[in-house]
Amino acid sequence: MTFARKLMAATAGLALTAGAALAEPAIIFDLGGKFDKSFNESAYTGAKKWAEETGGTFKEIEMQSEAQREQALRRLAEDGANPVVMTGFAFGTVLDEVAPDYPDTKFAIIDMVVDQPNVKSVVFNEHEGSYLVGIMAAMASESGTVGFIGGMDIPLIRKFACGYAQGVKATNPDATVIQNMTGTTPSAWNDPVKGTELTRAQISQGADVVYAAAGGTGVGVLQAAADEGIYSIGVDSNQNHLHPGSVLTSMLKRVDVAVMKAFSEGADLTPGITVLGLADDGVGFAMDENNKDIVTPEMIAATDEAKAKIISGEIAVHDYMSDNTCPVE
Amino acid sequence: MDIMPKWAEVFLVPLISLILAAILSAVVILAIGENPIDAVSIMIKGSVLSVRGWGYTLYYATNFIFTGLCVAVAFHARLFNIGGEGQAALGGLGVALALLFIPWPHWSIALAAATVAAAAFGALWALIPAYLQAARGSHIVITTIMFNFMASGLLNYLLSNSLKPIGQSDPATAKFNAAFDLPTLNGVLTQMGYKAARDDSVNITFLVAIAACFAVWFLLWRTRLGYQIRAFGQSETAAKYAGIKPVRITMIAMMISGGLAGLMAINTVMGEQERLVLNAVEGAGFIGIAVALMGRSHPFGVFLAALLFGFLYQGGAELALWTNIPRELIVVIQALVILFTGALDNMVRMPLERLFLRLRKPEAPPPTAPPPPGPTRPDHTPEGTVKEA
Repeated sequence: MTFARKLMAATAGLALTAGAALAEPAIIFDLGGKFDKSFNESAYTGAKKWAEETGGTFKEIEMQSEAQREQALRRLAEDGANPVVMTGFAFGTVLDEVAPDYPDTKFAIIDMVVDQPNVKSVVFNEHEGSYLVGIMAAMASESGTVGFIGGMDIPLIRKFACGYAQGVKATNPDATVIQNMTGTTPSAWNDPVKGTELTRAQISQGADVVYAAAGGTGVGVLQAAADEGIYSIGVDSNQNHLHPGSVLTSMLKRVDVAVMKAFSEGADLTPGITVLGLADDGVGFAMDENNKDIVTPEMIAATDEAKAKIISGEIAVHDYMSDNTCPVE
Repeated sequence: MDIMPKWAEVFLVPLISLILAAILSAVVILAIGENPIDAVSIMIKGSVLSVRGWGYTLYYATNFIFTGLCVAVAFHARLFNIGGEGQAALGGLGVALALLFIPWPHWSIALAAATVAAAAFGALWALIPAYLQAARGSHIVITTIMFNFMASGLLNYLLSNSLKPIGQSDPATAKFNAAFDLPTLNGVLTQMGYKAARDDSVNITFLVAIAACFAVWFLLWRTRLGYQIRAFGQSETAAKYAGIKPVRITMIAMMISGGLAGLMAINTVMGEQERLVLNAVEGAGFIGIAVALMGRSHPFGVFLAALLFGFLYQGGAELALWTNIPRELIVVIQALVILFTGALDNMVRMPLERLFLRLRKPEAPPPTAPPPPGPTRPDHTPEGTVKEA
């Protein structure tokens, strides 16, 4: 129906100006669910914070099936929600198709680049944040073996793993990094039981610090690490409070900041690609009362130094997604 | 002999089941502090009171017609095919392979090719359990369930490793050629000058589904093969005595069944997503069982039941989108409807039958005569019921 599409696109502007007055922002969570204690929850926190600070209200939607993606995007756009923010790469294809039909609505997508004039794509330098927690892992490890447990095996998660491995090797060149992925499907984001199994397997291979970049699966990783008395590193949200004394730190990916910023800009959201890294505090690691006793001053000093060097360009952390390879194993 | 008049059998029983399910759902919604009346009005508004709503209602209904027919055909041969999920998934693979690599000149030819591929893949996926049942006696329920898992594993492997374009995170194929987009209701309305929604929802596959209903009716009640399938389902020994070969009929019935499930993929994969994603079936294979039960394994009944479930699906999606009712609860509500209309069918049927028997009493012998024997219920197996249409 290419002809029909063209016709639709032509009338799109006319049809939409009517409903665009409300301009209430909206957020769509992907199939992983709003309360995954990690990626989606971080987005939710940002939206909630925006609502508390401005007194505004926002629409929120959790996906239930594939066929809802397009429906939800179109309905939100037609009901005048602006901007419409969505979390996760799975929206990429649908958004690319829907966005041109609603030129007056601004969309923001996190973790994926969609090249449309009314879409803001927010991506993070996860490799930089992972590099810092890699340094901490190498310093906290006594066995010289650290672990990484990813969620779904996609380039984005390999980017986490690669940055982490680089941080570990830069601190202790003899260290071993064991890497495992939970699965190859989206269900890998929400499989804490398998997360626990993988953690125990890595511990039996000598790992005494485990970094989980696995969404809801990470809950099982942190639990297993706490049960076995080793350190773990959380991801995306601050997960230090889940097991105080066992969670060494959490690699923060400020999805909340990105969502809040998109909501604050409202209908004036600037389209284009935004890359949030260490320099903008888009990534980093979490320090609070739960982990202040286990993080040593040396670790803080080492990470501060590395952070400054990464920002100045003295240390270049390799981005796995730039060429789909990692210089260290 | 029928205890109940036909209208009660066909309409009253499902209606009462539905009302019971609705009451229980309302209690559940009340329990979490939401207003059930608002919920129902959102469901109705979002599914049948707008063109977009109808689009998605019919889109879901198309899926359920195919999977319902799939289960119904197998029921007539007294085979319980619960592998519709896997057969539809393989149908999706067939559609994707047919559309990704061959530059068909026109969407109608692409549709024909996709239809053949979907049916063939679905039928072949059903063939192995059918053979195991017919020749080796492995129970079809077990094997088809296992084949669902194998289908999901196979698709997972192919999508993650071979069919996914390089550099893409999503385990899905590339988009099909835009020239293969099927005409949609929304598109046709727009061309006619009506301001419709722009979603890719109900498409020409709906007409294919209606055609499939007629084809199944014709096959079962107007052909020799259909007669053999029904005779086999009624009594295997009698069928054997009449010279009907059980192995052959089992295999053929299951292949038709699997092919029908596979056809669902042209709606989801070719019509809506226009690419093959993981889990494109999303449980429609299992809904097909409820649809076939509720539709009494008759194509027209399947059509009506599929419409109802289409409404429930789209209405449920609307509830999830626009209320604070969590999505898990919507699954509970849908499950209640399936439970009452499918699994608990006899719970409504038996009291109703007793009621109709009592209503008939005036015609019974005078009270001085010994009490009539208790309601002797014929063995009710709705799925196997053979009625001359």
